[in-house]
Amino acid sequence: MKDIELKNQEIENTIKDLAKNLLKDRKVDMIIGYTKGTVPLSSSPIFITREEDIDKLIWNNLCYANLAKYLAPRGPILYNKEGQEIKVGIIAKGCVGRAIIHLTVENQINLENIKMIGILCNGIINRKRIEKEIGEREILETSVMGKNIIVKGCDFEETFPFDDYMNELCKKCKVKSPPKVADSCVGECLESPPLIEDDFNDISDFESKTSEEKWDLIKETLSTCTRCYACREACPMCYCSLCFVDQNKPIWFGKTTDFTDIFAFHFNRAMHLAGRCVACGACSSVCPMGIDLNFITRKLEKIVKEKFNFTSGIDKETLPPMMTFRMDDNEEFMMEED
Amino acid sequence: MTVQTEQDIKVNEKWEPKIIAFLCNWCSYAGADLAGVSRIQYPPSIRIVRVPCSGRINPFFIVKALLEGWDGVLVSGCHPGDCHYLTGNLVARRRFGILKDLLEFFGIEPDRVSFMWASAAEGERFASLIKKTTKLVKKLGPNKKFEKNW
Repeated sequence: MKDIELKNQEIENTIKDLAKNLLKDRKVDMIIGYTKGTVPLSSSPIFITREEDIDKLIWNNLCYANLAKYLAPRGPILYNKEGQEIKVGIIAKGCVGRAIIHLTVENQINLENIKMIGILCNGIINRKRIEKEIGEREILETSVMGKNIIVKGCDFEETFPFDDYMNELCKKCKVKSPPKVADSCVGECLESPPLIEDDFNDISDFESKTSEEKWDLIKETLSTCTRCYACREACPMCYCSLCFVDQNKPIWFGKTTDFTDIFAFHFNRAMHLAGRCVACGACSSVCPMGIDLNFITRKLEKIVKEKFNFTSGIDKETLPPMMTFRMDDNEEFMMEED
Repeated sequence: MTVQTEQDIKVNEKWEPKIIAFLCNWCSYAGADLAGVSRIQYPPSIRIVRVPCSGRINPFFIVKALLEGWDGVLVSGCHPGDCHYLTGNLVARRRFGILKDLLEFFGIEPDRVSFMWASAAEGERFASLIKKTTKLVKKLGPNKKFEKNW
């Protein structure tokens, strides 16, 4: 296996080449990609329209954002002065590709206007876990060397093994590059839909607990939530023009940070994402309180996989489970007379 | 965990749960009506909300009801295939299945929220299922998880 830094460099060069060609040939009007973050242990999205800016594009293991977020809902950035939709090239790791396909299924975006610059993602670093371990000390620089993540501050240098400090969802990820759809993909992409086999044994431990234990554990995990809604803002599937948390007629739950209201927010969000979540882990990566929301993501994946044998964002022909129904759906949970 | 005092237990014996029941206009509500006019006895624990169809039930209704302190939630619609709007209850069934799984995952006792089918001709069945729900919720005790602490 090649060193991660070399691989990153390789990916970065490919991205730049492909992006440059697309812009030069006028195949796209704008490239959405990642650039260096303003603080260490982060990256920012960048919107490039001029060829000379291409060198600002980067790829490293901190490109946690899901860029499909910028495609739906369609903001003014996606239109030119004449009010026509522009063509967009987007740097697509596996989960960005999945989000784009799922948004197409939900009729949110027009695939004709999108070119995915596919890459074979090599995993995203769990930055919240590293931040937690570094604690109060200030991080000045992060880099990946060999198979380790190196975090430097003014009076310390720490090494973390990459394989261990990868995002939990990336460890389980089976769709590392975007699935191929028609000719909207350049670069690396999956030719045939991947066979997704998963045992979900990482949450089976939690599931086997009693309701009381589960409630207490959830309370412990979520109670630090300040309801800043960063998870919603980062989520490519949260494109509703009026989110249920902003609704005030009716008010679905209170505005306090009491646990009941926090619970209602996370539960209702999970309910909204069932069969739609593409398991990109962007929500956990942006949480300022470092709450690990991945266990909810995993549960949602598990429910739709087991109940409906569905995995979101793999192909654009299959309807998501909540958009359809069958006469012979399972109804074991319905109450029957004794 | 709080220790149950003797007084608590006494209160619990007398305690009757309050259950909010969302009944669809065309089958279950008429079923409840039939149970009434046929003088079939069932516990007075349910408060009925009539909705056009079980497909009208937003999962948020159920969460909101629990949040407001209802001890149990019951949703009832027409049998599959009998829906007045043809497929409303089939859409609802998928939602309820996921909702129930998620509630269990988040640590809510699954028996607090029940789903059932009852047609307009099934007054008997309606009464017996209400009895069953009441029994299940009574066993769980009051909905204390959603008490606000401030």
